[in-house]
Amino acid sequence: MRTIKPGLRLKSAVCSTEVMVIRAPAGEAHLGCGGAEMLATGEAAPAQAQLDPAHATGSLIGKRYVDAEERFELLCTKGGEGSLSLNGASLSVKQAKALPSSD
Amino acid sequence: MLLDMAADAFGERIAVTCAQRALTYTALRSAARAWARQLARGGFSCAALLDTNGLEAPVTLFASAYAGVPYVPLNYRLTRAELEELLRRVAPAWLVSASAQHERLVLPANVTLADVASLGTAPHTEPDAPPEPPSDPGAIAIQLFTSGTTGTPKAAVLRHENVVSYILGSVEFGAAGEEEAALVAVPPYHIAGISAVLSSTYSGRRIVMLPSFEPAEWLRLLAREKITHAFVVPTMLVRIMDQLAQEPGAAPFPALRAIAYGGGKMPLAVIERALQVFAGVDFTNAYGLTETSATVCLLSPDDHRAAAASTDAQVRRRLASVGRPLPAIELEVRDAAGRTLGAHESGLVFVRGAQVAGEYRGAGSVLDGAGWFATQDRGWVDEEGYLFLEGRADDVIVRGGENISPGEIEEALLAHPAVADAVAVGVPSDEWGEAVGAAVVLRAGAAVTVESLQQWVRERLRSSRVPERWVFRAQLPYNEMGKVLRRVVRAELEQQP
Repeated sequence: MRTIKPGLRLKSAVCSTEVMVIRAPAGEAHLGCGGAEMLATGEAAPAQAQLDPAHATGSLIGKRYVDAEERFELLCTKGGEGSLSLNGASLSVKQAKALPSSD
Repeated sequence: MLLDMAADAFGERIAVTCAQRALTYTALRSAARAWARQLARGGFSCAALLDTNGLEAPVTLFASAYAGVPYVPLNYRLTRAELEELLRRVAPAWLVSASAQHERLVLPANVTLADVASLGTAPHTEPDAPPEPPSDPGAIAIQLFTSGTTGTPKAAVLRHENVVSYILGSVEFGAAGEEEAALVAVPPYHIAGISAVLSSTYSGRRIVMLPSFEPAEWLRLLAREKITHAFVVPTMLVRIMDQLAQEPGAAPFPALRAIAYGGGKMPLAVIERALQVFAGVDFTNAYGLTETSATVCLLSPDDHRAAAASTDAQVRRRLASVGRPLPAIELEVRDAAGRTLGAHESGLVFVRGAQVAGEYRGAGSVLDGAGWFATQDRGWVDEEGYLFLEGRADDVIVRGGENISPGEIEEALLAHPAVADAVAVGVPSDEWGEAVGAAVVLRAGAAVTVESLQQWVRERLRSSRVPERWVFRAQLPYNEMGKVLRRVVRAELEQQP
């Protein structure tokens, strides 16, 4: 468990996945990837950590991941083999919608 | 982070080209990391850029992010003394000046000239490992000096969290097709030039740099580089259309899909003409400020089409609006006492959102307690939320206690067939406190009397709006970004008997 707030960047303990928190309600949560809790910059992976086949459908760079209620939103900044989870429940890819852009 | 994602996902695509030179996303990242190492080794507090558009601008922008220091692009049109003073303010600085702009300056102590000769030619010899990941979202990403028309230039500060909010809120990662190319002709020290680089990098769209704007060259690049997207300020669009009128069909541009514009008021007559000249091209009006990390409101291509096709005057006039706020932006119009106003009530425009920085170096944040930023623009919204701007708060003419927006007088004058360009300002008046003055440029060969212009305005607006003082000019004084210099016009009118 850790305090999750927008702007926080985390990396997987078991694969190359990296994410940035876009949206999160105040408070603590367990953000997992590949079945293991994600790490902050500078934290080392526990020695026994390995990819759980039950959480290995992968994460894709550039995709936004949300929980069922869309209270949490993560941006995947680096893809990997592990899939993302929040408090044990899988996160799903948010459907891309047309964004208003002027650039 | 934005560049890392692009280099990881589509590293072999071309990121940016200028003249005969080009960098892929992977090469752009290598170059930025190499410069970041030089920045870190020298202990500089910022990376300054004194250059026209080129490969150096994006490399310096991303190098400063890797090194964790602010990117400070400077206006190369400033005088020698002004530039030397700005450099003294940001020292110890690392200065990138590939086009030899620095040669006219005496560099202050603690300003080191970057060695830019190697960029994009020699392979990098140092290990390409990333430096320490700079992950502090509260660090300063960009520092831009405002134009300083009223005094010492202020240094507007944009933090990584502001800039990233803007990009993530308006661009989908890797969404650009391989064929897409954006033509960047606004200078690198303008927020629109910076946001174009960031948005294009994140979407995977190739950037084509035009070192300095010139309409014939802009049109040549449009055809040669098969440009799909372009951003212009209104005066650029006028010059492009005048060029096209001289050489119709000289360079076709079948690839062009979208033109975005902003950075100054777009006269209704100009956008109406552009919709015909560039039939089939999507037009987007972007309203934003440096302090808001670029765009906060936009008038979409569909809005343009609906307004142009409508017979309803309320809908049709939206061609002159700057559109509606982005989803992540809140907007309010307030009166002088701070009360929130309703539709069609004119007041001061306030915005709030994660991309809104509203902060100056030295002065700190100018956001109010609830996070609102006063844009200093005056305007009103219609019942569907479209924002209409009336000008800067400072430009309002106060005649006998009545607030008069110069914008409505200018629109009225511009609608006159003999008038090519017009600006209205307040001039001191013993009788009214301020009186309305106008500077007008007539179309070639046109002749008109002051009395008939006054009659024209009186038929369209209230009599208090009719200009009393007039000056006719061959052209209006504009700065390089197409903003009219009202203080010059005001001074000229004051000298009149």
